[in-house]
Amino acid sequence: MAHSARRDSPELPDLSLLKRLVRDQLIYLLEQLPGKKDLFIDSDLMSPLDRIANVSILKQHEVDKLYKVEYKPISSISDQLCFLIRPRIPTVKWICDVVNADKAAGKYRRYKIIFTPQKFYACEAVLEEQGIFGDVTTDEWAFYLLPLDDDIISLELPEFFRDNFLAGDQRWVRTAGSALHLLHSLFGPFSKVYGIGRCSKMTYESWREQVEEGDQKPRLAEIGNVFLIDRDVDFVTPLCSQVVYEGLVDDIFRIKCGCVEFGTDVTSSEKSIKVMLNSKDKVFNEIRNEHFSNVFGFLSQKARNLQIAYDKRQGMDIKQMKAFVSEELKGLKQEHRLLTLHISASESIMKKKTKQDFQELLKTEHCLLEGFEIRECVSFIEEHINRQVSMIESLRLLCLLSVTENGLLPKDFRSLKAQYLQSYGADHLLTFSNLKQLGLLVEQQPGETLTVMESKVGKLVNDRTAGKLTDAFSSLAKKSNFRALSRKLNLVPKSDEEYDLRVPRDMAYIFSGAYVPLSCKLIEQVLERDGWTGLEEVTRLINGHEFAVTGSSGADFKPKSDAQRIILVMFLGGCTFSEISALRFLGKEKGYKFIVVTTAITNSSRLLEALLDNHV
Amino acid sequence: MMKSKADEEDYWNSSKCNAFTFDDTDDEFSRLKESKKAVSSIGTLMGEDGEDDWEKFSWSGEPVGSISWSVKEMAASNQKTDREPAFPKISTETPPLNKSQSGLSLSSLFKGKGKGGNLQSFSDILGDSSLRLYTPELRKPKSEYKDLVGDWSAEETVQRLQQGKGVSLEKFRSLQDKLLLLDLAVAAHDGNAITAVLIYLKRTLCKEVLFRELESRTTALRHFIHYLTETREQRLLLELLRALGRTEDAALLQYKEYKSITDENKRRDFLKSCLSLPFAAEDAAHVLDHYTLLERQIIIEAADRKAEREGKVEIFQKFPRKASILNMPLITTLYYCCFYHYTEPEGTFSSPVNVRQTFKISEKQYFTTALAARAKLKAWLDVDALFNSRNWLGFTKKKSPLSFQRVVDILQKNSAPTHVLQDYVGLVSDAELRISLAQKHKCHDIVINTYRDMKDRQLLAQYRKKVEQGSPEERKIDELLNNSQIRWKN
Repeated sequence: MAHSARRDSPELPDLSLLKRLVRDQLIYLLEQLPGKKDLFIDSDLMSPLDRIANVSILKQHEVDKLYKVEYKPISSISDQLCFLIRPRIPTVKWICDVVNADKAAGKYRRYKIIFTPQKFYACEAVLEEQGIFGDVTTDEWAFYLLPLDDDIISLELPEFFRDNFLAGDQRWVRTAGSALHLLHSLFGPFSKVYGIGRCSKMTYESWREQVEEGDQKPRLAEIGNVFLIDRDVDFVTPLCSQVVYEGLVDDIFRIKCGCVEFGTDVTSSEKSIKVMLNSKDKVFNEIRNEHFSNVFGFLSQKARNLQIAYDKRQGMDIKQMKAFVSEELKGLKQEHRLLTLHISASESIMKKKTKQDFQELLKTEHCLLEGFEIRECVSFIEEHINRQVSMIESLRLLCLLSVTENGLLPKDFRSLKAQYLQSYGADHLLTFSNLKQLGLLVEQQPGETLTVMESKVGKLVNDRTAGKLTDAFSSLAKKSNFRALSRKLNLVPKSDEEYDLRVPRDMAYIFSGAYVPLSCKLIEQVLERDGWTGLEEVTRLINGHEFAVTGSSGADFKPKSDAQRIILVMFLGGCTFSEISALRFLGKEKGYKFIVVTTAITNSSRLLEALLDNHV
Repeated sequence: MMKSKADEEDYWNSSKCNAFTFDDTDDEFSRLKESKKAVSSIGTLMGEDGEDDWEKFSWSGEPVGSISWSVKEMAASNQKTDREPAFPKISTETPPLNKSQSGLSLSSLFKGKGKGGNLQSFSDILGDSSLRLYTPELRKPKSEYKDLVGDWSAEETVQRLQQGKGVSLEKFRSLQDKLLLLDLAVAAHDGNAITAVLIYLKRTLCKEVLFRELESRTTALRHFIHYLTETREQRLLLELLRALGRTEDAALLQYKEYKSITDENKRRDFLKSCLSLPFAAEDAAHVLDHYTLLERQIIIEAADRKAEREGKVEIFQKFPRKASILNMPLITTLYYCCFYHYTEPEGTFSSPVNVRQTFKISEKQYFTTALAARAKLKAWLDVDALFNSRNWLGFTKKKSPLSFQRVVDILQKNSAPTHVLQDYVGLVSDAELRISLAQKHKCHDIVINTYRDMKDRQLLAQYRKKVEQGSPEERKIDELLNNSQIRWKN
């Protein structure tokens, strides 16, 4: 970043400890089934597993062959089978089928299911119903936390969002509490915990109970404060297009478990390559938080510097050349590779975004955030649907319209829904039902009193004008919560001011200066005020469940210590890379360091895909 | 690899919204191109050792030896065995008791007392060394095992459920006790514990009582609905929703079943049977549309497949169908009809006009779809006619329910030639937008004429550099620049 960082930023604790712990535990569990065994892994556990172990570790512990769980009959001939799975009913049912098929064939094997991060009674009930309880042994692998980077930890539980917020199933609350408990015992004791949202409150409670159940050894805290936030506190932010480099890469190429696969259009060769994206990539580390428009300039500068460094060789004698080759060349070559890669990725992003009229899309989003020219936005969305452009993108715009406007006008809602179903298929009836349940896409409820007045006025004018009046009145009737929040917290900077994206002045830079993410703004405000005092109106608009508590075990509580400026922010239901960038910016401004813990990295597509009803 | 696409660059830069957009990028972008060149020139500079280093730096996320890689290899090597038959039928005879069964079955946990020979007390089980495999919790010192056989209160029971420990619920027999257990689990906010209690209640309470009690317990109810959804107990779930008076939800749930029906005729019949379900008013109309559409698709598909096979209809030969039209969205169907059946009389099922009327498709939507379909076929006369259709006064003025900018966009995406695009670019009323579109699509005449009309000599002179040397455009510009009749403003 171009701006000056506060020099006294505290050091982050070493999160790699988490990896070592879970690796040891996995090895221990594998040893519980001595002898050669085949291992079946849930497909979405493979990448997380790759981050902490590798095949040779598994082989050392007598894992013979590795398979992906595919809900098909198995071909393994091993007499010991181990299943490493998420606690999901369909997966357990499949294992039951496997075991029962063996039984029918008179085949005898030993089976072990390792549930991660924990097992559920509902899964065990399936084992019992299918008559194989006792034929399989079960265990739990407490793989709660995967550090994706120095300051990002993921629970890798994307289903948390749907289960908790759509289905209202609190099965993961305890999991989140345990994850927090683990961090508390490794890097705590925490002195303060702030939070907002129902799930946050429950998670806090679960964590507190677990602290009481166990005993914490007195140690020097490395993480002082914690902030818990529910995803449904702020749906606006994850629905916006990301324009910061890392977020943009995630939107376009989908970063999976800290790793991205660049296709042939980026590599300009026949093979696609997988690249780890984290702070170890020096080039990436410098551009990840930058607004995309700055990335070009930065990369150009980098390329020039690289050229100069290479050019140094020109006038060298043998000795100097030798030193150059042994000391600098390797670093330069690596930088060269990284630079080539990110330049190509930027090019590819540019092409894709130009093709899909990104400029117009952004303009519509900004108008929605600002509450400006809403009719134009509605017709833009309508055309978007009419042209059958990306199904998810249309849904995203509809939801953004709804959450910023507190619902769609009834006639817009009906017409857009009908057109959506016509363009993308009638089965989206179920999607709409889900979105309504979650409150992401709803119809405005006309205000009672205004309806009366409206009909009075309506009588005085002709029908056409009355129609327009209805629009005007309905928008008056229900002031959007988002608009009110936006005013209270100053989320949308005045549009007539120039915003220099090179020198960001606030977190709004992550959305081109158009919007300060609500989630991050809340965090900023609460930290600044050391609680929720003065934010009563804001929490009322968000629908509350806020809390701020101070720990009593403040034996080594030194308010000035570095740990107090390390803040753990836990997003329940997912957070976006843009939010992480915003927090990094805030940290630099205020001398904090944030560690983001999230149930999963999310973005608009993942958020909405989780709400489609496309499984049978 | 960098195809220097001036048009993209221009487009990017053409936006008018300043503060919030990627402005200035043209500058940066061209700098980027330079740096790209610079970097690639270094590549050749560095010569041979460029390629093989790719592997050494561990930035290929899946280096050889990673788990994902290994699983993929395994899958590949197993492709033959993959085609084994589906699961063999399991004999319905009661299997012999498994000797190795190490006790602790869930039923023994729940029931406390087992049946007959299966009876194993907890202390028996706990003596069994094989139990050590069970849970990490059970590996604790023996003294703690005492916990397991205790007579737990409801509070303690819920607490143990939360900790994932084995526990018997069987002693909670009165409705009051059962509900206390449920309410405590809900109060503990632990979904796993709530569901465990619900599974027990489902087994030990009749539906009527269970449903009645759940009605006032929203959190528990949501858990129960989710549990039934996951275990696919559709019938019970429907009963529950109906008992709660949530008929619209029940209707949707029932409707959803069509997804599991693959045969199109059966699916159509199923959808027909759904029409009488108590949907919300607007949803009922959508479901009716869904049914009508599938019915129609089945007819069109049968006719077109036949026509295609017989090879008598030219269009199917020229543009073979890529997929069946069955189960496609309405607009895709309309596009299909505009593509293959454009000129059909209104009376046929596949006539676009008929589709439009049956499903009350908006004018704008119809126009957009027809435009795209005819442009795809390069039927420029049809495209042209679309704009003139409302021309009943005899004028040949083109009208469009869609902005001409969007029209140009659609035509261009269907690779319309410049001479076609030109007609529509010219109709964009905003001069600035017209110029930027014209530049983007190389409609030189429009740019030149617009500059001439603006009397902007400088811009015209600048544009001269962008057209090809010796081209008619260049000559035209020269003529204009030398024309002393024009009063240039600069």
